[in-house]
Amino acid sequence: MCGEARGRARRWAGATMAAERKTKLSKNLLRMKFMQRGLDSETKKQLEEEEKKIISEEHWYLDLPELKEKESFIIEEQSFLLCEDLLYGRMSFRGFNPEVEKLMLHMNAKHKAEEVEDETVELDVSDEEMARRYETLVGTIGKKFARKRDHANYEEDENGDIQPIKAKKMFLKPQD
Amino acid sequence: MAEAASVAAECLAGCRARGARSVLGQVVVPGEELLLPEQEDAEGPGGAGERPLSLNAGARSRVRVICGPGLRRCGDRLLVTKCGRLRHKEPGGGGGGVYWVDSQQKRYVPVKGDHVIGIVTAKSGDIFKVDVGGSEPASLSYLSFEGATKRNRPNVQVGDLIYGQFVVANKDMEPEMVCIDSCGRANGMGVIGQDGLLFKVTLGLIRKLLAPDCEIIQEVGKLYPLEIVFGMNGRIWVKAKTIQQTLILANILEACEHMTSDQRKQIFSRLAES
Repeated sequence: MCGEARGRARRWAGATMAAERKTKLSKNLLRMKFMQRGLDSETKKQLEEEEKKIISEEHWYLDLPELKEKESFIIEEQSFLLCEDLLYGRMSFRGFNPEVEKLMLHMNAKHKAEEVEDETVELDVSDEEMARRYETLVGTIGKKFARKRDHANYEEDENGDIQPIKAKKMFLKPQD
Repeated sequence: MAEAASVAAECLAGCRARGARSVLGQVVVPGEELLLPEQEDAEGPGGAGERPLSLNAGARSRVRVICGPGLRRCGDRLLVTKCGRLRHKEPGGGGGGVYWVDSQQKRYVPVKGDHVIGIVTAKSGDIFKVDVGGSEPASLSYLSFEGATKRNRPNVQVGDLIYGQFVVANKDMEPEMVCIDSCGRANGMGVIGQDGLLFKVTLGLIRKLLAPDCEIIQEVGKLYPLEIVFGMNGRIWVKAKTIQQTLILANILEACEHMTSDQRKQIFSRLAES
């Protein structure tokens, strides 16, 4: 009988203690994910703001007056390449090293081409010459795909120009 | 007495900064401050005359100005750090221009983008140590050659001459050079061939010889077949068919710094005869 009463008392005390313990859960525990599933968004936001406050207060900062940063328009460069147009460093004369001579033309021309950007691009080949080449081009390419029997059509002139294609002789159906 | 006093007073008052435009082509000394053209207009007449009213008072159009070698930024002005002649170049497009001091020196300081001739002094693991005449040897990785892979190593030995350019060159770090451009092509960089002669000249002479309208190079090119490589660190490598021709060429290039154009023409004509 006494043991029962004592047991009941203990259980009742334990319950109240548990109820007290519920309100006294630590902050770290409350911050855990499984504890926050039950909270609404407002309480979540409040908790986040509190955290941010704590973190930002811990940050160190300089206690200086705010200086206005002047935007400077002077750029410092230590290289002479910007100042003077210098030629390419490797040079060869009178055919001593042909590769270097080719390089010289290439690099110095590239260097000059960068300066002269405003000039219009000159045509390497004039329009007339282009048209002339196209006439013979059709024949040359056609020759590639022609079969042996058709090679007779592509006879070459004395000058090497290809004659225009002659009309092929097709079978004419007799009219009755 | 009065004159001396007035001269002295002028010298003290002359600490006032001069305008950069007014000093172009003249000798400047370290410590001078130069005003840029916009500031010159503002501070010029000293408020004693009438100043034209500008529509946008207060907001001056700022043009980007580049200060090159020999000059430093000091607030809104340029501070001279080397003695020499002040030069200016107008820009092609964009704002401002370039100001620099045309000075003379023998000691080279590595600058990013410069093409230099270096001598390989050591080979350690994956990099070569290359002496370029600066305070530290530059490092050159074996992968920075055209067509180099981990299996296909370039054939570079200690003592070889290398023509390359700097990718990293500042006062805080060891300079690094490569023999390849940003596209991966060699463009003439790499190991310089056999024979020939390497010698050292002043940095100003190199720039003078590499100027687009240099008469010396044009005249030299007419003598006999030859090959020259100029490094911005003051080193020149020359090669001709015989040793005698190579030595003549080296002597001419070294001496032409201190010759007048008449003396030079005399020497060339004598050479052409022989």
